[in-house]
Amino acid sequence: MKSYNLNHLKELESEAMFVVREVAAQFENPVLLFSGGKDSIVCAHIARKAFYPAKVPFPLMHVDTGHNFPETMEFRDKYVKELGANLIVASVQNCIDNGLAVEEKGFNASRNGIQTVALLKGIEENKFDAAMGGARRDEEKARAKERFFSHRDEFGQWDPKNQRAELWNTFNGMKNFGENFRVFPISNWTEMDVWQYILAEEIELPSLYFSHQRDCFMRDGVVMYASDVIERRSEEKVEKMTVRFRTIGDMTCTGAVFSDADNLEKIIEEVASTRTTERGTRSDDKRSEAAMEDRKKQGYF
Amino acid sequence: MSDYLDMELLRFSTAGSVDDGKSTLIGRMLYDSKSIFEDQYEAIEASSKKKGEEHVNLALLTDGLRSEREQGITIDVAYRYFATPKRKFIIADTPGHIQYTRNMVTGSSTSNLSIILIDARKGIIEQTYRHTFIASLLGIPHVVFCVNKMDLVDYSEETFHKIKRETEAFVSKLGIKDITFIPISALKGDNVVNKSEKMDWYQGGTLLYFLENVHIGSDYNHIDCRFPVQYVIRPQSDEFHDYRGYAGRIAGGVFKPGDKVIALPSGFSSTIKSIDTFNGSIDEAFAPMSVTLTLEDEIDISRGDMIVRDNNRPDVAQDIDIMVCWLSEKPLQLNGKYAVKHTSADVRCVVKEIKYKVDINTLHRMEDDREIKMNDIGRISIRTTKPLFIDEYKRNRNTGSLILIDEATNDTVGAGMIL
Repeated sequence: MKSYNLNHLKELESEAMFVVREVAAQFENPVLLFSGGKDSIVCAHIARKAFYPAKVPFPLMHVDTGHNFPETMEFRDKYVKELGANLIVASVQNCIDNGLAVEEKGFNASRNGIQTVALLKGIEENKFDAAMGGARRDEEKARAKERFFSHRDEFGQWDPKNQRAELWNTFNGMKNFGENFRVFPISNWTEMDVWQYILAEEIELPSLYFSHQRDCFMRDGVVMYASDVIERRSEEKVEKMTVRFRTIGDMTCTGAVFSDADNLEKIIEEVASTRTTERGTRSDDKRSEAAMEDRKKQGYF
Repeated sequence: MSDYLDMELLRFSTAGSVDDGKSTLIGRMLYDSKSIFEDQYEAIEASSKKKGEEHVNLALLTDGLRSEREQGITIDVAYRYFATPKRKFIIADTPGHIQYTRNMVTGSSTSNLSIILIDARKGIIEQTYRHTFIASLLGIPHVVFCVNKMDLVDYSEETFHKIKRETEAFVSKLGIKDITFIPISALKGDNVVNKSEKMDWYQGGTLLYFLENVHIGSDYNHIDCRFPVQYVIRPQSDEFHDYRGYAGRIAGGVFKPGDKVIALPSGFSSTIKSIDTFNGSIDEAFAPMSVTLTLEDEIDISRGDMIVRDNNRPDVAQDIDIMVCWLSEKPLQLNGKYAVKHTSADVRCVVKEIKYKVDINTLHRMEDDREIKMNDIGRISIRTTKPLFIDEYKRNRNTGSLILIDEATNDTVGAGMIL
C-alpha cells in the first residue's frame, strides 16, 4: 500500500500556511512583521506560497531601530519589491524624536527595549488587528508557552497566566474593539528546521548570515561588530575577524560567531554541531532570567 | 541533506503529576539525546548549585516563566523540541495539577502519542485513570506507560508486571489503539535513551527507540475526503484573470484531479480541475497538506463550505451530541448560547441538554450532577444556527472537533468532541 507521509519540513510548512491563511480570513487588517532576519523571511516566503497565484494580501511592517546592518536594509528593500508588497516602516528614531521613548545611555545601550514603543505605535496608527511574526517557541523559555494566536489587550500586553486555550488546529481570533493579536506561524520550528527549509526552498538571505571578514571587537565573550552606534571601551580593540551572524537584530545587541560557513550546507553542519543556543549571542536576553518574559508582557513580540 | 528530508514529525504529550518525575524525564531525554546546549546546561548547573542540590537538576530544563519558578510549579502547556537523525519531536509538556484537564486536553489535541508516567512505588493512582481517560477521549493513537523510578524498587520485574497487568485491565475498556509499557528510571537514565544494564529481564526497546520507530503513518484519516474551504484565492491579475482557487488544509482523504466532488452546503457537483501549489500543480493531495483546489465548474463556494467526494459525505447536522471539556471558570450554561468554530465554519449554538458528567477518576457517569465546571467533562447536546459538516471524532479529529466560545469575553471555553 502506498504510504501517505509528509516529511517534517512539509508538515511544518503546511501548518504555517494554514495559520497565515487563517489570519487573512479571520482578521480585517493584518500585517506581517518583517525584520529582514531569516525567520521573518521564511514567514514571508510561506505567505507568498499560501496565496499564490494571488499576491500576499497584507502589508509588511519593519520596526526600524535605526541601528540596522546596512546589508539588512538593502535586502529588505529588494525583497519587498520582488514580493510586490507594501512596506510600512515603524521608526524607533521617530519615537525618540517625539519624546515617546527615551534612549538608553552607556556602553551597553540598546534600542531593543524601546522597539516595543514603535511596534505598538505602528499597530495603533495603522489599525492593525493582527501582527504576524517569525518568533519560535524553541528560542526562549517564555516563548515556549506562547500560542499561535496570542491575544493582546488594548495595551498590547501579554498575560501568560491567562492565555486562551488553543486546541487542535482551531484558532480563535475573536476579539473586542481595540484589542489585537500577535500570530506566530512558525511557532513549532526550530533553528535547524528554518535552515533546512531555507536550503530546501532555495530562499535568498542577507549576506550577513554567511561567513565574511568584518571589523569586530570582543565584549563579555561575544563578538560585536565595531559599528559607529556602539560606544567602545578603550581596551576593546577592533580587529578583522572571520565571522557570521546566527540572528540578525539591532547592531547594538547582536553578536557574531566565528565561522567559516559560507554556504547553507556548511551552516547546517555548523548548527548541527554547535553547542550554544542561537540567542546566546543576544545580549538583550541576558539582562535577567526573565528578560524576554518581561518584554513580552509589555507588548514586545 | 537527503537524510533531513526523510525525517518524520512526531508530536507527543507528557502527562504526570508533581512528583512523578515528568520534568526529570523530559530533561533526561533532551540531555541524553544531546539536545541541550552548553549555555542552557550552564544555566541549570548554576541554579542547582544556588539551591544547594547535589546533582545538576535536569528538571530545571523545563522551567518556564518567572511566576512558575517562584511558585515551583508549571502553569501552562510548554512546547519543547528535539530531533534525532530519524525524527523531529514536538513535546507538549502538560502540568499535572493546576487546571490539569484543561492543559492535558490542550496538549493532547494535536498529539500522535502520549506518555503517561506511573511511579513504580505507588502503582496506579487516581491520576493514572484520569490521564489515560483523557488520552482515550482525545483519540491519541499511541499511549506509552512509563513505569518510572524503577531504581527505587530494585528494578523489580514483578513490580513492573503487576502494574502492567492492572493497567491493561482498565485500558481494555477505553479503546486506545496502541499501548506500550516501558520500565524506566528518568533520574538514573535507565531505558530512556540508553538501555538499562539493571533490567536484563526487559527485552523491549528504550523509550527513545520507541518514539523513533512507532508507526505514525496511519494516524491521519486517508479514507474520507474532506476539504474545508479556508480562503478563496482570486488574483485579479491579467495573467490569472479568471482564476478562482479554494485554499485549505486537507482534513481527510486523498484528492486527485478528475475526482467528482460536491460542495456543501449547496450540494452542487463538479470535478477537480487542478491541485495547485506555489511549486506547481500536483497529482494528489492528502491530510495534512495545505493546497489550493480549482474546479471545472463555476459554483459559488466560500469560507466555511466543504468540498467532499460525492459518494462519501460527512453528516450534515444542526443537532449535535458532543463530549465537552470545560475550560472556563464560568460553568457551562444550560440553554446558554455560544459561538462555535468547527473547521473553517463559524456558527452559534444553544446548549439544549446536559446529559451527564463523567467522573474522570472512576469514569462513572454522573447523571445526578450536571453542573459542568472548569476541568469537567460531560456529554451535552447542542443545536447550531446553521448545519455543520461533521464526522465522529473517533474517525476524524479535524472534522470531529469543535470549540465553544463565550460571546461576551471571546474566550475559548469548551473543547468538543463529536459523538
